[in-house]
Amino acid sequence: MDWSDEGIVLAARAHGETGLVVSLLTRDHGRHSGFVPGGISRRARPVWQSGNLVEVGWRGRLPEQLGNYSGELREPHAARAMDDAIELAGLASACAVIDAALPEREPHPAMFDGFRAFLGSLGHPGWPTIYVRLELGLLQELGFGLDLEKCAATGSTDDLAFVSPRTGRAVSREAAGPYKEKLLALPAFLSTGGLPSDEEELRQGLDLTGFFLERHVFWPHNKPLPPARSRFMESLQR
Amino acid sequence: MNGPEIERLIQLLGRLPGLGPRSARRVALHLLKKRETLMQPLGTALADAARAIRACSVCGNLDTIDPCSICADSRRDAGLICVVEDVGDLWAMERGRIFSGRYHVLGGSLSALDGIGPEELNIGSLVKRVAAGGVREVIMATNATVDGQTTAHYLAERLAEHEVPLTRLAHGVPVGGELDWLDDGTLATAFKARRAL
Repeated sequence: MDWSDEGIVLAARAHGETGLVVSLLTRDHGRHSGFVPGGISRRARPVWQSGNLVEVGWRGRLPEQLGNYSGELREPHAARAMDDAIELAGLASACAVIDAALPEREPHPAMFDGFRAFLGSLGHPGWPTIYVRLELGLLQELGFGLDLEKCAATGSTDDLAFVSPRTGRAVSREAAGPYKEKLLALPAFLSTGGLPSDEEELRQGLDLTGFFLERHVFWPHNKPLPPARSRFMESLQR
Repeated sequence: MNGPEIERLIQLLGRLPGLGPRSARRVALHLLKKRETLMQPLGTALADAARAIRACSVCGNLDTIDPCSICADSRRDAGLICVVEDVGDLWAMERGRIFSGRYHVLGGSLSALDGIGPEELNIGSLVKRVAAGGVREVIMATNATVDGQTTAHYLAERLAEHEVPLTRLAHGVPVGGELDWLDDGTLATAFKARRAL
């Protein structure tokens, strides 16, 4: 059997002397791995860099087999991000988190579109905000979406400043009262939209998504958050 | 079918890059046919190399002397350090005779997928070399891959406090390359790195 689709390269690992095992986030087939014969060759290697959008064909005798990929480069996001340390770290982090978090062969077209939008935003101001929203979208896709629209205690939509670590729902400053030490900070840009006012707000957004990713997605599998994500956080702080 | 010595030879040859079991069998047969002219000198050369070659304690290059012949060469500019991922990259640079400074071999690149972190690479000794002073420029010649460039940016952060100028190799159109045949990624980086005529 075979199919063709659009895919974003999440990871590529050498297999044998000339081949690669590539993990892609495809629009209609979800996160799907495949073998690329000759993927290490000088001509093929630029195609299979993390973050690149490729037009792929997959072919296998049975659907459950690893199968072979062939592909053509559509959007070279990796090459565009290479000059900027923070963008490259963001790209690597997004690829690593999605690769580790999404189940295999389960379509998540919204995640694909969100990821593509994030990659398209690299090089433009505000791309780290889109990164935070991408991780929020990932939590949503995995069934652990955060409710940041209204206060869990009062139903109010004003002055939302915290998130309950237990339920993932927003809490207003007024309702938080004596519990605010136990709650997670909710940066204003996630409740009201727009861009973070400073680096601290951005870090709070990443801490928030990191907390829930770690708790709901990685801990149950006894895995830490990918090191690429920590490196991204460190590079943002410098 | 064959004796255990031949089977072992074939098995070991089959582990070499580019050789599968069938080609290993051919190589073994060829060696056995040319026992005096090829097999015995090859065996001696392998034994000599295994005994004498070691990693240079300064740069990580492979040589029979320590420091290696490049580090020990007083004609080479000690103020220029070119950082490469592997010894193969160093050999490629030396083949081209384009660089007269000294090298530093990292032994790979950062790779979250393969679990290679900064501790697994020869980074500490590079920082020490730069901190010791006398270095005028560090050239990052890591591969133009996501892992290679992530490593270069990481090194730039580690070396930032020493205020040594850091440069990296250009990415772009290869000599003799036709634009029509270039991949979009290379074209994009070439476009970014354009310079005044």
